[in-house]
Amino acid sequence: MDQRAPNLLDEALGLVDEEKTKPWPLSSRVVLLEDRVETSGAFVLHHLLKRALSPHSSNDVVVFLAFSQPFSHYDRVLRKLGCNLTAQRENNRFFFLDLLMSEFPDGDEGNKDGLVALYGKIEKVVTTSFQENKKCITIVIDDFSLMEVAANGSTNYVLDFLRYCRTLTSAFGCSLVVLNHEDIYSSIERPALILQMEYLADILIKAEPLATGLATDVHGQLTVLNKEIRDEQGSSRNKICNFHFRVKENGVEYFYPGSKT
Amino acid sequence: MAESICRALRDGALQGEHAPALTIKDSIASPFGFHVFTHLLTQLSSNILAAKSQSRGLVLVAFSRSPSFYLDLLNRKGIDVASSQKWIEILDCYTDPLGWKDALLASENGGSLSNEASTGASLCRNVKDMDKLYSSIIELGKGIVGQGKVRFCVAIDSVNEILRHASISSVAGLLSNLRSNDRVSSIFWLSHSDLHEDRVTAVLEYMSSMVASIEPLNQSANGRRCNWESLPLLEHNYWKGRFHVRFKRRNGRVRVMSEEFHVEQSAINFRSISSEDEIVNRSLLPKVQFNLQLSEKEQIDRAKVVLPFEHQGTGKPIQIYDGRRSLTDGKSETEPVSTGILQTNENSSKGEIIYLRDSDDERPDSDEDPDDDLDI
Repeated sequence: MDQRAPNLLDEALGLVDEEKTKPWPLSSRVVLLEDRVETSGAFVLHHLLKRALSPHSSNDVVVFLAFSQPFSHYDRVLRKLGCNLTAQRENNRFFFLDLLMSEFPDGDEGNKDGLVALYGKIEKVVTTSFQENKKCITIVIDDFSLMEVAANGSTNYVLDFLRYCRTLTSAFGCSLVVLNHEDIYSSIERPALILQMEYLADILIKAEPLATGLATDVHGQLTVLNKEIRDEQGSSRNKICNFHFRVKENGVEYFYPGSKT
Repeated sequence: MAESICRALRDGALQGEHAPALTIKDSIASPFGFHVFTHLLTQLSSNILAAKSQSRGLVLVAFSRSPSFYLDLLNRKGIDVASSQKWIEILDCYTDPLGWKDALLASENGGSLSNEASTGASLCRNVKDMDKLYSSIIELGKGIVGQGKVRFCVAIDSVNEILRHASISSVAGLLSNLRSNDRVSSIFWLSHSDLHEDRVTAVLEYMSSMVASIEPLNQSANGRRCNWESLPLLEHNYWKGRFHVRFKRRNGRVRVMSEEFHVEQSAINFRSISSEDEIVNRSLLPKVQFNLQLSEKEQIDRAKVVLPFEHQGTGKPIQIYDGRRSLTDGKSETEPVSTGILQTNENSSKGEIIYLRDSDDERPDSDEDPDDDLDI
C-alpha cells in the first residue's frame, strides 16, 4: 500500500525519496495551503498527515490544531488512507488539540492570552518531543480562518501566533502546514493577512476549480509553488508545478492536464 | 546598478548630512525583495571586512529570519563570520518579539530555552517600544565600533513587522533618528509594499535617498495576484523581473535606472536590460511588401520636388499673394494649365508634378481668391 509510485504532489513537494535516507524535506519549512469553496484542499492536508505519520520512521510527531473538524472525522478519513490515527495518538506520535469549541475570552487581552496559552501548549509538545529525540515534527493548523474566528477576528494576534509557530520551525526544524481559504479574502482590497501568509510560506499550494468549469473526472487543479528546494549539497532550485486531481474514496489521483486516459 | 547601490551604501554619509538610506520594496507578484536584501547584505559585509567601506560594522535587525539563518548565509557566501563579534551584531527581533516565550517561561518556571539564544545575538523582547529599539540598535553599533568617530551600517530586514506593532509615525521617527545619527554610515530596509496603504510606502520612500523596487516582468491584469491561467508563461517569468532604482541627489535631482534580475539557486543575478529583448523586438517587426523608409536616392528626389504654391525665389522677389491683385508672373502658369499640364519649371532634371484635369467641367486651377470681394 505504501510502496505506490510517488505521485505528482509528492514530486512537487520534493517528498520523493527512494532510499528513505534524506531527512524530511519539509523540515524547517512553512507550507501554506489555499483552497476555495468549490474545491476543498483538505485532501492535501490528509495526504501530508499520512506522509508525516508514515510507518518508516517512528520519530515523526504531528501536532494537529483542529478548528474545523472533530477527531473522529480525521480518524475515519485517514483510516481509508491506511493510517490509524487512534493508534498513533496512543503512541504519542499524534497530538490532537481539539479547538473546535474553543473561544478565547472576550477583549483584547483575552484574545492575546488565549493565543499565548495555545502557543505554549504547542511549544511544550515540541520541546518534549525534541528532547525525546523525535526530530521530525509537523505542526498542522486546520484551518486558519477559523482560528481567526476563535480569536474574535483579531488578525494581528493571529499573525503573531503564526510568527511564533514559525520560530519553532527554525529552532527545532519543525514543519508548519497551514490551511486557509483564499476566496474569503477576495473582496478586500488589501488582504494583508493572506498576503502576509504568502510571504511567510516557503511552499504555496493552491487548490482551485478548473478554469473551464466542472468536469466529472477532474475535480480541480493544484498549483504548487516551491520557493526553494535545497538538497544536501546546499544547492537549490525553484519550481512551479500545475496538475489536475481527482479525489477518490481512498486516495487521490494526480495527473497532468490532458494526460488522463 | 545594484552595484551603484552597493557603492552608495559603502561610501556612507558625509559629515553633517543624513546617512544614505535605501528602501527595497517588492510585492507578492514578484516577492524577491529578500533576495535583494541578502545580496546587498553580503556585498556590504564583504566591503566592511575588506575595510573598503566607511563603516566598520553592521547592525542587522532581524525580524523575518533567525540570526542563525543570517550567519549561515554569510558563511555560505564565504564571508568570515567567525570573527563576527567584531564587525556584525544581530538584534534578534525574530525569536521572541512580543515576549510571549518569556512570559510562558516565567509562568511555568522551567522548560527549555530556545536554541536561538546560543547564537550570541541580542534578543529584543518588546518590539513595540521604538525608543528601546532605537537605543539598542545604537548601543550594539557603538559596541562594535567603539566610542570614536567610526560609523556603522544598519540593516532592517522587514519594516512591515515593525509596522504591525507600531504606528507609521513612530516607525518613521525611528528610521529618521537612525538616519540622522552621526554614527550611522548608511541604512537600508526591506518593505513589502502591498501589505500597507500607499501612504505608508510613500512615507518610507520620502525618507530614503534610494528606492529599489522589484516588479514582475509582466504585470498581470488584476495587479495583485499572479495570473495562474497563463501558467507556462508564469513559470518562465516568475523568477525574473525588473529592478528599478531611483536615486535622489542632494540637490534634488532624481535619476531612475532599470535593470533585470533573475533568481536562480537562491542567488539573485542582475544584468542590464537585455539587448536580447531588443533583438526579439526587431525580429518581431512584420515583414511588409512596402518600404517604411526611403532610400537615399528617393530622399534626394523627394527633396527636389517643387510643391505647388511654394515660393521658389529664383532670383525674382518673392511676392506673397494677398488676395487683392493677381500675380504678375501668371504667364508661365496660365499657359500650361490650358493644355492640362502644369509644369512649374522647364528644367527637367528637377522633380515635377504632373496634373491632369479630369474633365473640362472642372474649372482650371486659378489663384483667384474666392473671397476676393471681401475686405479681409
